[in-house]
Amino acid sequence: MIEKCGETDRKTLSVALPKGRLGEKVCKMLAEAGYEIPETPENSRKLVLESPTSGLRFFWVKPSDVGVYVERGAADIGVAGKDILLEYRPDVYELADLGIGKCRIAVAAPEGFRDDPGRTLRVATKFSNIAADYYGRAGRSIDVIHLNGSIELAPLLGLSDVILDIVETGTTLRENHLEVIENVLPVSARLIAGKTAYRFKTEFIREVAERLAQVAQRG
Amino acid sequence: MTGKNAEIGAISRKLAGIYRKYGYLPYKMSRFEEYELYMRNKEFLISDQVITFTDTNGRLMALKPDVTLSVIRNIDPEPGQVAKVYYSENVYRVSGRSGVFSELMQTGLEAIGAVDNVLICEVLHLAAESLNAVSDSWVLDVTGLDILTKALDGITQDEGIRKELLECVGRKNPHGLKAIAQEKLPEAEAEKIDALSKLAELYGAPAKVLAEAEALCKVLGAEAEFKAFAEILSGFGAEAANGLRVDFSAVSDMNYYNGIVFRGFVEGVPERVLSGGQYDRLMEKLSRRSRALGFAVYLDALERVAGANQTAEKPDVDAVLCYRDTAMAADVWKALEELTQICGGSARAVPETQLSGVEFTYGRLFSLRGGALFELKCGKTVQNCGETAQKSGEAEQK
Repeated sequence: MIEKCGETDRKTLSVALPKGRLGEKVCKMLAEAGYEIPETPENSRKLVLESPTSGLRFFWVKPSDVGVYVERGAADIGVAGKDILLEYRPDVYELADLGIGKCRIAVAAPEGFRDDPGRTLRVATKFSNIAADYYGRAGRSIDVIHLNGSIELAPLLGLSDVILDIVETGTTLRENHLEVIENVLPVSARLIAGKTAYRFKTEFIREVAERLAQVAQRG
Repeated sequence: MTGKNAEIGAISRKLAGIYRKYGYLPYKMSRFEEYELYMRNKEFLISDQVITFTDTNGRLMALKPDVTLSVIRNIDPEPGQVAKVYYSENVYRVSGRSGVFSELMQTGLEAIGAVDNVLICEVLHLAAESLNAVSDSWVLDVTGLDILTKALDGITQDEGIRKELLECVGRKNPHGLKAIAQEKLPEAEAEKIDALSKLAELYGAPAKVLAEAEALCKVLGAEAEFKAFAEILSGFGAEAANGLRVDFSAVSDMNYYNGIVFRGFVEGVPERVLSGGQYDRLMEKLSRRSRALGFAVYLDALERVAGANQTAEKPDVDAVLCYRDTAMAADVWKALEELTQICGGSARAVPETQLSGVEFTYGRLFSLRGGALFELKCGKTVQNCGETAQKSGEAEQK
């Protein structure tokens, strides 16, 4: 006979937040959702913040690392951009679209660029997997050049034909005489949850997801 | 053997004991099989990368990346009969996290032949017992894969869209499902997508969620499939169903799996530690008439739990016997043997001159003087060895 097993109950929920503006916006959303936020990164240098009344514990981590923290169980839930989720593919649940951090992933090329389908397209990007997936579906042969920053420089120096990158306002592209030639996908911040955490803290996680989704809907 | 490996070995033996108790027979297999077996069923494998080598007769062989395929290949019961086996084997595959090949230990069972609801229920019970044997805090998620197949059949036949829908279901991603509906499906399907989204989000004990699931399955045209699913779950008493959770997001490859599919999680381990289900479709692909189901427990995933069971204070060696340079080898050996009896654990002999520099921890310290054994009270290391404290007096008398 089986005598014991896990029960979902309310415990402390650890939240991995992306450092920077996006993390601050999430804090505001959590406060709007009724969770007390003791301090924000603006007035604290602590990496871990506790909010005993709401039962939340926050970690501030590099945006691209949020998925790793959540997938490996160091954090129960987290907020990550859709670009990060598609690029790193962490094995997590994607519970809500928070409607913040909106931008898009697009392919940009020097003004007047004409694609020659007879040649392999050289694509500079920090999103190698998204690029391979996007062009793979189109059956286009590409050479992915993985860069970690200053992507816009690659076509200017002849390192690549095009770039695949995050575009917010397009100002940086214009300043470098680049223009968007294809939109790949829209990006926004998503609430993610670890698979084991979801099972043992189901009610708490669902409550946070529903409240944040409501705040996101109100805009 | 390290403490962690010893604990994992102990878990494996414990699980084997459970399976034996319910009439499953041990099954031992070779470490390698012909590569062709895996090549033809790549999608069934967790990782499609396999370590291969050419045998002396020119055949391309593979180090076993999976146990189920080998079991099916070698076991074929008579019609109407059921073969029940359990195994504890090492498999070789690319670990998702490290991206390199690893040797992973897994224990599990397979039931092949005339599978009926009683057998499905039995296997589910054994999966629950297995989780209970490794952790105090566990859940066994169960899904009815036929429900999802029927729901998708009613929404679209487009393989690409079905794949995208399934991915969103697997991620409990309602906004993703909504976006697919808006962009790629006729407006008439909106109600079904909404029901599919709610079904994916549904999670809880059968008693809590089955009524809602039934209503959603009706919208999705999967009433008969739901009925079959609910019938299996009704085979659990309320007490046994304590750790059971219904979770329709636990999707698996529908080309191989069908019916009941389940996954086990224990608190403190971020990934599933048990995975299983019915794989009648795989049997069909292999031109076999029998049905089959089984599960595997990923012992490597349990490392964290096994580690947590070890007390931080447990020393590397239970007792140390220090001896002088002048001691006779035969006396030291005899005393060491005696010490393992007294401590009921491990003992190691160390020359007195080397004692201060030893690079391992120990619980109790003994000395051999004039052929007699003395326990030296040396502060905290003696106190830490609580288990053998009562024997301390006996040792001192000697």
